Amino acid sequence: MESKLRELLSDAELLGFYEQMVLSREFEESCAEQYTKGHITGFLHLYSGQEAVAVGTTAGLQKEDYILSAYRDHAQAIVRGADPNRVMAELFGKATGICKGKGGSMHLFDPKLNFMGGYAIVAGQFPIAVGLAFAAKLKQEERIVTCFFGDGSMNQGNFHEALNWSRVWDLPVLYICENNFYGIGTVVQRASALPALHRRTCGYDIPSEKVDGMDVIAVYEAVKRAAAWIRERQRPYFIEAVTYRFRGHSMADPATYRSSAEQEIWRSRDPIPNFAKRLIDEGITDQAALDEIDARCTARVEEAVRFAEESPWPEDSAVWEDIYV
Amino acid sequence: MPHLNMVQAINQALAQEMERDDRVVLLGEDIGKDGGVFRVTEGLWERFGAERVIDTPLSESGIVGTAIGMAAYGLRPVPEIQFLGFAYAALDQIFTHAARIRNRSRGRYSCPMVIRTPYGGGIKAPELHEESSEALFCHMPGIKVVVPSGPYHAKGLLLQALRDPDPVLFLEPTRLYRMIREEVPEGEYTIPLGKARVVREGKQVTVVSWGSMLERVLKAVGPEAEVIDLMTLSPFDAETVLASVRKTGRAVVVQEAPKTGGFGAEIVATIAEEAILYLRGPVLRVAAPDVTMPLPKLIDAYLPTMDHISNAVQEVLRY
Repeated sequence: MESKLRELLSDAELLGFYEQMVLSREFEESCAEQYTKGHITGFLHLYSGQEAVAVGTTAGLQKEDYILSAYRDHAQAIVRGADPNRVMAELFGKATGICKGKGGSMHLFDPKLNFMGGYAIVAGQFPIAVGLAFAAKLKQEERIVTCFFGDGSMNQGNFHEALNWSRVWDLPVLYICENNFYGIGTVVQRASALPALHRRTCGYDIPSEKVDGMDVIAVYEAVKRAAAWIRERQRPYFIEAVTYRFRGHSMADPATYRSSAEQEIWRSRDPIPNFAKRLIDEGITDQAALDEIDARCTARVEEAVRFAEESPWPEDSAVWEDIYV
Repeated sequence: MPHLNMVQAINQALAQEMERDDRVVLLGEDIGKDGGVFRVTEGLWERFGAERVIDTPLSESGIVGTAIGMAAYGLRPVPEIQFLGFAYAALDQIFTHAARIRNRSRGRYSCPMVIRTPYGGGIKAPELHEESSEALFCHMPGIKVVVPSGPYHAKGLLLQALRDPDPVLFLEPTRLYRMIREEVPEGEYTIPLGKARVVREGKQVTVVSWGSMLERVLKAVGPEAEVIDLMTLSPFDAETVLASVRKTGRAVVVQEAPKTGGFGAEIVATIAEEAILYLRGPVLRVAAPDVTMPLPKLIDAYLPTMDHISNAVQEVLRY
């Protein structure tokens, strides 16, 4: 059978997409378990269901490009290359965490990977992305700044200020809206005057498109195209990835505002089994090989949990560290 | 009398005032259909409808700004900010407009609104979800700052705040939301703003506190201490504090916010100005260090503990 996928990517890359999505899912589901056990505290926002967006986007970028995210940031950090052990340890609050166990779930940060942070304040990351892009422009370094955000954040002033500035100054910002339809429990139609979110950029003359955020290949192709466009023109671009979170807003949210029928429909669009089926249908792999990947990801996450459990707590004196220069 | 926690007491106060005064409207993120992230407004949307319990888009500046407009028009809006750390996005509206409408209009308009928000540490979430930045708001003239320390006072203070002619920031200590149950009268009652209360009388040292620290203070200190719950931070009841200090000759101030520029400093300065000749020794502050709120193990190393409080009390008793 003719494989459309093989025209785009090598088998290794395709299986890599699958593995990253599975790793992200396993990681998040394991986080839920660790939260229930009381090993992870505070607020925990899980990414299950949205994996295709992080994987497809990250694959479409270069290593020197910057990435910023919101508070649902574990998968984005891991897909970018953050060590799952250290991310899990961060969620546990251990000294070996990626931010020394002091930042927690919502504030992952790994400058070595140009992963410039998860931001707990909704829309807080927008102006920072603009600033990074401006700095890249002034220093004449060719980088795209990619800014992940949710549908809810588009109603904050920061969003509008950032979009305007990035177009006034023509900055290389790639906006990735992860539209999962809910800002906590408020559905997008009750919060946005124009629920077709990608159309909201026209006021800033920023081109935009909508993509199926449950399809990793669709996201990858859109981002790769957009990234090339931005690199050529040095101008901002906007992608709305339509997706769905399978869990509540956070572990504290029972998510009673969504009907089970609605959730069923989206579960049937789960990006992982659908991509697995496509890989098999196009003859790229077989179920046994995918099972092996699944098992590897499970083991990887188990190792991360073990690492986090066995890691030491920060010393009390760490409270005083990294405060003032 | 029913035993309620603070969430239930606040919910009851809101419902009763909405029943009594149809100018009262609530607005905020997820407060309506969803009942609020801490369930404080649960059931009010069903009872009073979507036009009085308004689900807003995610925009704190918009929530407060809109409330200012509603207030100037004659309504009594009650904006909810989901966490105090999210109010920073609304500081522009709070500081530059809400706090100044009365002055700016030379008394012709006011801004009767109550900004409710959970705040403070002890829920094992990091930085912005746990901070105690009440001093910022106390510094700004034109806005009252109220902090209940338990369900009974939460209801009475909130009912009073809802009838106040000026903007009130009503800070609800998140750690206490479901921790303490108290007898709360079902009927209406108010507790005046700007008045502190002597929680426990003592002769040798005055311990001043508010909000979630009060519960720790009461456990940490003995009968030698006179414990004062400020309840309103701005304007704060200096007379009650000074009368106590003149009697005991010693004072300790306990706050969970970082030390520098915290509200405790204002109390210490007032004691220094007004009662220094009554003092037998230094006035001590028990406070969090001047650092960002960490997660989660280090919260115990950050927030003032009962040991910190009792050590400070013992220290001043040496004089």
